[in-house]
Amino acid sequence: MLKIKDLHASIEGKEILKGVNLTVKPGEVHAIMGPNGSGKSTLSAVLTGNPAYTVTGGEVEFYGKNLLEFSPEDRAHEGIFLSFQYPVEIPGVLMSNFMRTAINEKRKYQGLEPMSATDFLKLMREKRAIVDLDNKLASRAVNEGFSGGEKKRNEIFQMAMLEPRLSILDETDSGLDIDALRTVANGVNRLKSNENATIVITHYQRLLDYIKPDQVHVLYKGRIVMTGGPELALELEEKGYDWIKEQVDNNQL
Amino acid sequence: MPPILVPLTRKAVSLQIISTVVRNVRIERKFLTILNMNENNNIKKKQDEESIINQAATEEYRYGFVSDFETDVIPKGLNEDVVRRISQLKNEPEWLLEFRLKAFRHWQTMTLPKWGKVNMPDIDFQAISYYAAPQTKTSDKKEIDPELKKTFDKLGIPLEEQKRLSGMAVDAVVDSVSVHTSYRERLAELGVIFCSISEAVKDYPDLVKKYMGSVVPYTDNFFAALNSAVFSDGSFVYIPKGVRCPMELSSYFRINAAQTGQFERTLIVADDDSYVSYLEGCTAPMRDENQLHAAIVEIIVEERAEVKYSTVQNWYPGDKDGKGGIYNLVTKRGICRGDHSKLSWTQVETGSAITWKYPSTILKGNNTVGEFYSVALTRNYQMADTGTKMIHLGKNSRSTIVSKGISAGHSENSYRGMVKVAPNATNCRNYTQCDSLLLSDTSGAHTFPVIEVGNDSSIVEHEATTSKINEDQIFYCNQRGISTEDAVGLIVNGYARDVMRKLPMEFAVEAQRLLSVSLEGSVG
Repeated sequence: MLKIKDLHASIEGKEILKGVNLTVKPGEVHAIMGPNGSGKSTLSAVLTGNPAYTVTGGEVEFYGKNLLEFSPEDRAHEGIFLSFQYPVEIPGVLMSNFMRTAINEKRKYQGLEPMSATDFLKLMREKRAIVDLDNKLASRAVNEGFSGGEKKRNEIFQMAMLEPRLSILDETDSGLDIDALRTVANGVNRLKSNENATIVITHYQRLLDYIKPDQVHVLYKGRIVMTGGPELALELEEKGYDWIKEQVDNNQL
Repeated sequence: MPPILVPLTRKAVSLQIISTVVRNVRIERKFLTILNMNENNNIKKKQDEESIINQAATEEYRYGFVSDFETDVIPKGLNEDVVRRISQLKNEPEWLLEFRLKAFRHWQTMTLPKWGKVNMPDIDFQAISYYAAPQTKTSDKKEIDPELKKTFDKLGIPLEEQKRLSGMAVDAVVDSVSVHTSYRERLAELGVIFCSISEAVKDYPDLVKKYMGSVVPYTDNFFAALNSAVFSDGSFVYIPKGVRCPMELSSYFRINAAQTGQFERTLIVADDDSYVSYLEGCTAPMRDENQLHAAIVEIIVEERAEVKYSTVQNWYPGDKDGKGGIYNLVTKRGICRGDHSKLSWTQVETGSAITWKYPSTILKGNNTVGEFYSVALTRNYQMADTGTKMIHLGKNSRSTIVSKGISAGHSENSYRGMVKVAPNATNCRNYTQCDSLLLSDTSGAHTFPVIEVGNDSSIVEHEATTSKINEDQIFYCNQRGISTEDAVGLIVNGYARDVMRKLPMEFAVEAQRLLSVSLEGSVG
């Protein structure tokens, strides 16, 4: 579904991604790991069209379409979802209102009628249960006054509502205690299917105990320098990144 | 008809009025059954609002249709004869003419105030006509003139009672006269008086005499003096002791004839232990020249009574270059006369080229409560200088002020407020929150708060913030599939939510839609 070829991107003139190649197929889970500053979050920002970043080279194909030509909202409509590392607070905007707008915009894009209020509420009730959010959610403002754990659960809730074809989880584990981590991971697993795919960006192996990756990639200095199976994550957990850094810096990778 | 000093000129004018309130009410009703099933009633409402906002997303000022009305207009200019003429046209008693003349003579000694943070051009008061009356074909108020009915139907305000799904009584004021008031008989059974002020002068002279000018004397300010001299019509409300008015009362004001001013007066009296919620909406045609609207609203709240006064102001704001638009220069003031009484002002201001108004409350009784909730949106070259005064005279009186300014384009948006606690008014409490949201680099947001506290036992708080819409918020919305324009609408409505939720349901929907629509093209 997703083909990234030699992707280069920069922010404020500074090149962060220096030739990323990645192919994701439906049903797969890809983990992207790497030390701080390696470009992990930049990759998610570029895929979702964050205007702060400039693509300076390469291609991104999503189901045969040139993703880079789409506006951020149309990428969302095409089925790309980002679970933000730092979910944004929007004071006064109720979750129900926010989600209903999002869903109906997507339906409009697909040429469908807006969802009825009853169906929407039913859907919301069903999906919030996946991440243990209570019925106050609908009448709370977007992320306003949410605890760290609630914010991340809220991201997964939105993912459940929007049923994306590709979900990018950007450090969804950061700031979570073990119970919240489990809730979030279980939520992600329940949403998995043969039709959709997930890219998990993380520092730690911990999350991968719960969300089993098919492939693990190491991003370093703006490139994917190593790819392996789940065992690579374990190895990284044990040995750290230094050995990879060394090899890259000595031009061995 | 009394003899006329100056011949009437007749001309056809265009007519356009605001307010889709009633249509929205209908939508609310339709969803009522669903509402009951909700986990949270508010959700439903919000969602309907949202869909309406979306429907409306392509329009600007949409009250621009023209309907042919014969209108009687007195020639331009202002002098004692004109004042007498207006009084005579309205067949007024001598005491009212005296009141007008005193006001007029006082007005002549005054000069146009310049202290507002608005760029007020000199207004040529001789270039304005002070009276314009649309001619209706029926003299009986119970029957509705077909042309009038057509116009109001087009605006979404059916005047026939049976068509109205919600219990809301309407007084429709076109230019200088009240053209129709609905539900009067039903209200009369409860002793509630709801009629035009002209009728009140005839039918309830004692009440009008007692209260008119008691809160806003004609000496109050330049525009109050002018209004007192030439006011033409407006609404009168009297809620007798112990009566909870069973329906929302509302007035629709619209300016219609060209080169005229509208000077209406509203007088609301809530006697002991009574309650009323009153709504006000306004629109005007799109014209290149500016037009003047100088109203007075007086509210008297007696012991343990409560009045809720809501405004959605959508006068024509002028075009994108600042040409045309209404000068909205209004004096609104209420007094909580009796102990334990409460007055709550809520306003959503999106229209007018210049807005200059400070709905204020004198908290005279002990344990009284005053509230002011305001959203003022300015864009293009609009200027708004608005706020409130809370004058604490009674002990243990409390007031809350929440003001949300939103500035876009090249507009100037000011909050001007005063909180005054008299020395004897012990244990008073005020909380003021004053927020500004800037949507452009070329707009201005200003606050001019004044606080005077005359004793040690009172607590006055003032909080203020200024912010811009944050790019992270926009991108977050974008990532969920919401376009930037819709995102801004959502964010601004969220920002204004504390105020919007104070509006009666019938108005909240309209107000939300208005905010989003008004913002179109303002961001970038």
